[in-house]
Amino acid sequence: MERAVRLPKGPTSIGLRFHGGLAALLLLLVFNTLFTPNFLQLQTLFVNISQVATIAIVAMGMTIVIATGGIDLSVGAVMALAGALAPLIFQSDFGVANPALGIALAFVVPLFVAGLCGVFNGVMVATMNVQPIIATLILFISGRGIAQVLTNGNLQTFSNPTFSYLGTGRILGLPFQGWLALAIACILFWVIARTIWGRHLLAIGGNARAAYLSGGPVRRVKIGAYVICAVLSGLAGLIVVAINSASDAARNGNLMELDAIAAAVVGGALLQGGRAPIFGAILGAIIIQLVKYTLLANGVEDEVALIAKAVIIIFAVWLQQFRRA
Amino acid sequence: MAALVSMAGIEKSFAGVPALRQASLDVEPGEIHALIGQNGAGKSTMIKVLTGVYRRDNGSVHLAGRESNVASPREAQEAGIATIYQELNLVPLRSVTENMVMGYEPKSLGLFVNWREANRRAREVLSRFGIDIDVGEPLASYSTAIQQLVAIARAVSLDAKLVIMDEPTSSLDASEVEVLFGVVRELKKQGVSVLYVSHFLDELFQICDRVTTMRDGQTVSTRDVSSTSKLELIADMLGRDKGEIAAEGMTEFAGASAKRGDVVVSAAGVSTGPRLSQFDLSLHRGEIVGLGGLLGSGRTEAAKALFGVDDVIGGTITIHGETGQPSGPESAIEKGIGFLTEDRKAEGIIPDMSVRENLTLAMLPRLTHRGQIDFARERDLVEKFINNLGIKTAHMDQPIRELSGGNQQKVLLARWLATEPDVLILDEPTRGVDVGAKREIQSFIRRYVEKGFGVVLISSEFEELVEGADRIVVMHEGRSVSELTNPGITENTLVNALANNDEEGRAWNVQ
Repeated sequence: MERAVRLPKGPTSIGLRFHGGLAALLLLLVFNTLFTPNFLQLQTLFVNISQVATIAIVAMGMTIVIATGGIDLSVGAVMALAGALAPLIFQSDFGVANPALGIALAFVVPLFVAGLCGVFNGVMVATMNVQPIIATLILFISGRGIAQVLTNGNLQTFSNPTFSYLGTGRILGLPFQGWLALAIACILFWVIARTIWGRHLLAIGGNARAAYLSGGPVRRVKIGAYVICAVLSGLAGLIVVAINSASDAARNGNLMELDAIAAAVVGGALLQGGRAPIFGAILGAIIIQLVKYTLLANGVEDEVALIAKAVIIIFAVWLQQFRRA
Repeated sequence: MAALVSMAGIEKSFAGVPALRQASLDVEPGEIHALIGQNGAGKSTMIKVLTGVYRRDNGSVHLAGRESNVASPREAQEAGIATIYQELNLVPLRSVTENMVMGYEPKSLGLFVNWREANRRAREVLSRFGIDIDVGEPLASYSTAIQQLVAIARAVSLDAKLVIMDEPTSSLDASEVEVLFGVVRELKKQGVSVLYVSHFLDELFQICDRVTTMRDGQTVSTRDVSSTSKLELIADMLGRDKGEIAAEGMTEFAGASAKRGDVVVSAAGVSTGPRLSQFDLSLHRGEIVGLGGLLGSGRTEAAKALFGVDDVIGGTITIHGETGQPSGPESAIEKGIGFLTEDRKAEGIIPDMSVRENLTLAMLPRLTHRGQIDFARERDLVEKFINNLGIKTAHMDQPIRELSGGNQQKVLLARWLATEPDVLILDEPTRGVDVGAKREIQSFIRRYVEKGFGVVLISSEFEELVEGADRIVVMHEGRSVSELTNPGITENTLVNALANNDEEGRAWNVQ
């Protein structure tokens, strides 16, 4: 049954743009090897993997939302919200008294709250037909506000090795969150390529009206996409907090929406929907991270790096123009 | 006098598959020339070669006697070739004037658009075609017909010598078609040639001078319209003998009808709004019930009510003896209803998805076990349908947008047949489909009904309704007004039924 094993081609397939992305990655690696001091060292790899994991995790969620033809601007705010909740829970009297339960709740509750944010976004978009940009703008503005109110605007520092494992742990010598991102990618890829939910997701992005008239559960799938994106953002928020052993609601996930959208688009997501290149999102995240690192390591200001990112997005969108030829 | 357009020995292949083989086409100045052929015969490829969208592999194109190497649509426009596509490339929310002068605005001081002059020019061009509208209004506020005429007027104002019209009447009603024909004749009077692509053969006999038929990428014949017949043209298109077709009848519907079974779906006094106010229907197993009526009589709205798309505000729908409207398509499919929509592009295909994914979309839940799609079964099923329906596709993973219209329609029909619905609602199942595919689609529908399923058939082609339906529910202004039963329906009785209702309607208006 050779043909049954073959992976389905179609909207998930990775074509020329993927190779374009790989070429860009190769170019960055060669440049850094030649010009960036100490680039070929394990420490550099670790730093980059732990940085890239958060971008990749959010970018995968963003890719799924973009596949429906939507966009989620609230990812950074949801990161801040989830990140603010975790230390509040395991540092509370209850959390200190029951450390195991406290840590467990510090994961579950923030992710649940993030999921609720996703439900809010999804219902706004799918049921109330609000434009995705406007719908997610609400939490983009208020989510971080809520996080700051919860923490009274203070930086919460902590020392909790169990929780910090999320950001500093190693498996086979590589950062834990890198493995986590990879595992999530494999699961999402399977869901999109193999399940009815994935098929409906791509159908809705490809032609929502036709998908609806063919019995596609448009609302449920759209809400699901925003929930996945929000939960992944929440997870990324927890990772950032774990890396720093501190939660700063004002900075956690700041401008992450731009990184995530850029990574998704560089990875081959089409803004009009109908495609969900999950591994493309990871590739996009790696490229974005490497560009940041390259500029930083060569003494270019962080602010200038933002401009470089904009150039990458423009280039990726330009590449997309060739698709329909 | 040299031909305006002379294409000879044109060859074009896509990825090694020939789309045009030694095709030719000649259009004389001031001539209305029809180009016909089945979907996939090469008409669109031919036009795209002419307008520079595709580069030909071989052959020559002469425009007014001179060798032409038009390499882009823009260059074609400059060479005097204008194309009016099925989907108009105009901006609906901008004014008629803006649409007409876009890209060629008259300027004052070389910088500012001179709107007074632009409006005057737009009005003048339109009035030449007998169209008197407020050119300051947004284009979208006018009917499709007017929008199409604006596109034509724009082309003419840019000094087109040849206007190519691709299925111009497919979305027009009878009176709008008349206006369009008037414009086409006016173009001819002004010495402009028209290349007219259409599936409606009757139209060709009304306005065209000559007709070129294509089949399998080749030019089969060029005939004077005055000395040919509909039958001869169909024979050319299909590559079959005239007599053979005459004996069989024009559609594949005619034939013994199956035994009538229980009522599967019925509607009593159903209304969903101003466009469907009083709809009655009872459909038995093994029969085709046609919905007859003019555009806007509420046929599509009736289908949408049965399928749960438009909410019912009055009356009752009963499916399998159970009263209640499906809450939406998902629930309608569960209850055994299928709905092949009229607008293939907007409501049917998912262009970037493969033939396989498009075909199984509606029946996906049945291919799924614990949320996971059974790919082996999916492929078997799709293969079966591709073979049974004769869908021409390179392989089942080819994106559906690359298929011809007729084959796309077959995939969509298969999408619904695969759900094995007890009731299949077909809204214009053969519109915009070539003669060959049309006959095939009609015969699939008949065979399906013979298995004991029910079909609701909506069609603007009286021939199709009269030959295909066992009964016809005649609709008028959102109401079902009378019912005709086969055998015994002829196009005349159907037209009479429609016309009588029309008079009743008028009488009612007078009161």
